[in-house]
Amino acid sequence: MSNLLILPILIPLLTGISLIFFRKNIAANRGISLAGSLFTVAASVVLVDKVFHEGIQTLNVSNWEAPFGITLVSDTLSALLVLSTSIIAFACVLYSFWSIGEELERFYYYPVLQFLIVGVNGAFTTGDIFNLFVFFEVMLMSSYVLLVLGGTKIQLRESIKYILVNVISSALFVITVAYLYSVVGTLNMAHISVRISQIGQPGIITVIAVLFLIVFGIKGAIFPLYFWLPGSYYAPSAPVMALFGALLTKVGVYSIMRTYTLFFYHDTGYTFGLLQILAVLTIVAGIIGAVAYWDIKNIIIYNVIIAIGVIAFGVSVSTEESLSGSIFYLIHDMIIKAALFMLIGIMIKITGTSNLRKISGLLRNYPGLGWTFFIAALALAGIPPLSGFPGKLLIVRSGFASGDYWGAGIVLMSSLFVLFSVMKIFINGFWGPVRAYEHKEAPVKWLLISPVLLVTLAVMYGLGTEAVYPFISKAAETLTNPEIYINAVLKE
Amino acid sequence: MKTNDLILQTVSKIILFVIILFSIHLFFAGHYHPGGGFVGGLMTSGAIVLLLLAFDIKTVGKILPVDYKKLIGIGLLFSVGTGLGALVVDLPFLTHVFGYVNLPILGKTSLHTAVLFDTGVFLLVIGVTMTIIQTIGESE
Repeated sequence: MSNLLILPILIPLLTGISLIFFRKNIAANRGISLAGSLFTVAASVVLVDKVFHEGIQTLNVSNWEAPFGITLVSDTLSALLVLSTSIIAFACVLYSFWSIGEELERFYYYPVLQFLIVGVNGAFTTGDIFNLFVFFEVMLMSSYVLLVLGGTKIQLRESIKYILVNVISSALFVITVAYLYSVVGTLNMAHISVRISQIGQPGIITVIAVLFLIVFGIKGAIFPLYFWLPGSYYAPSAPVMALFGALLTKVGVYSIMRTYTLFFYHDTGYTFGLLQILAVLTIVAGIIGAVAYWDIKNIIIYNVIIAIGVIAFGVSVSTEESLSGSIFYLIHDMIIKAALFMLIGIMIKITGTSNLRKISGLLRNYPGLGWTFFIAALALAGIPPLSGFPGKLLIVRSGFASGDYWGAGIVLMSSLFVLFSVMKIFINGFWGPVRAYEHKEAPVKWLLISPVLLVTLAVMYGLGTEAVYPFISKAAETLTNPEIYINAVLKE
Repeated sequence: MKTNDLILQTVSKIILFVIILFSIHLFFAGHYHPGGGFVGGLMTSGAIVLLLLAFDIKTVGKILPVDYKKLIGIGLLFSVGTGLGALVVDLPFLTHVFGYVNLPILGKTSLHTAVLFDTGVFLLVIGVTMTIIQTIGESE
């Protein structure tokens, strides 16, 4: 069936729409959104299998031929990202049952969550630069609602900042697309790539490349443009934080990956050099934040920034090995960040605070939570054989191989600080004298299901590197050879 | 002193139908002339807003007992459903069909499934606009 690749977008969309009609009925809300998420996961699994075995899947929406209509393109990279997104969405829906609270559940929480997934899956799948913008907006509008839903003071304040920053970056996105359109005269990504290679990337294209870096850098929180992220991600509740931390910034990084490997690969000296410097600075900025704070939310939030830097560094080295490292790390980071945000959400639920100095001795009463967090922390830092290891290994190795000793060295050092920052949570929060907390009856047993699911997945992802690697290397192959993508779309 | 809105209310009642007719005209003109679901929907909600200005929210709620939030859902269902129709016959999503049909009174008319998509947009725009205006109007 030719429409397979649109199903991960359509199923959440239909789920979200049908949930509008059952606003007051919480049971229906939960049931339908859980079923919808499961179907999305199933559709993505089938999609990954099909893309891997039969090559890139394209769908000309409305049956218009490639450069003239909107084309949806699913190569291995986007199929894998859609799969990870769907799994994380499923885990977040499940986690929300016991954490978000009935009042919000009645106020369109689940439909908005599904619309967020529509946006993210759409952004990963689209093959049209303006359609990418539209899916960005679908994702961002849902994230505005999820961020502000509940209406506490901090949420209201941070939503204003978040919306302001994103409105500006969206306007910049439109302007950048307008520039690009006035130069190449097309919006289809494959066709843009062909047109750019015909004119051989003159100066104006490099300017547009840098503009794209700024736009996606704001979305994806790259060094000088990450200022909005720590505050905004601090405000919402745990499942929303998990969704944001796992998905939103990654869409920005994916877009950098896509545009830089598909459009701007002719004159790489300036653009990729700039990306490399920014990536390294992002890692440093993230490290400083992660080490400095004694607030568990802030520590994990700054770890998001470090991961963005590591992935961007892999993209900037731009060899097939480094790109597969980036993809490996990207998927690992989506899964593990969602798990970590969920775990600290449980810690906050039990203790009623996110201040690490006020938490200690959780391991005695909550051993399951403690050891899950421990494994997640080790996976995050990249201890072999867990999931963070192979990606970072590939990135560092290719960094050294191409002579970027400083950058690769900092990526290597960053693991140490990541480990330090999360172990700080483990040592101070779980060890030490046992304290009495007010919210002992928090439904920890149920809340643990989703993070345990995700951590198990991360462990399997690390242990089964051999099994996963063919998928990753195929994704990287498409990124390093844009002709594969172009031929699949334009059918030349 | 109690104000008397007699003139405003009488004029609104007459103008209302003109505006709604115009919005329907805009909606159906969309394929060949400027217009379409978005403008049509905005114009219709403009007519309802005129009612809201002339009367109060409760009276308008009684005249038009519509849950505008559900209208958003119905509009989305229309638009997505039009696209889903293509899936049934294994064509790409949102593939439209059209044809000429001899209707009893109108004669030879061109019918296009894009109208159904536009109906969705039309309902959605009314739903969104009216939800925004009503929520702001009702909150203290």
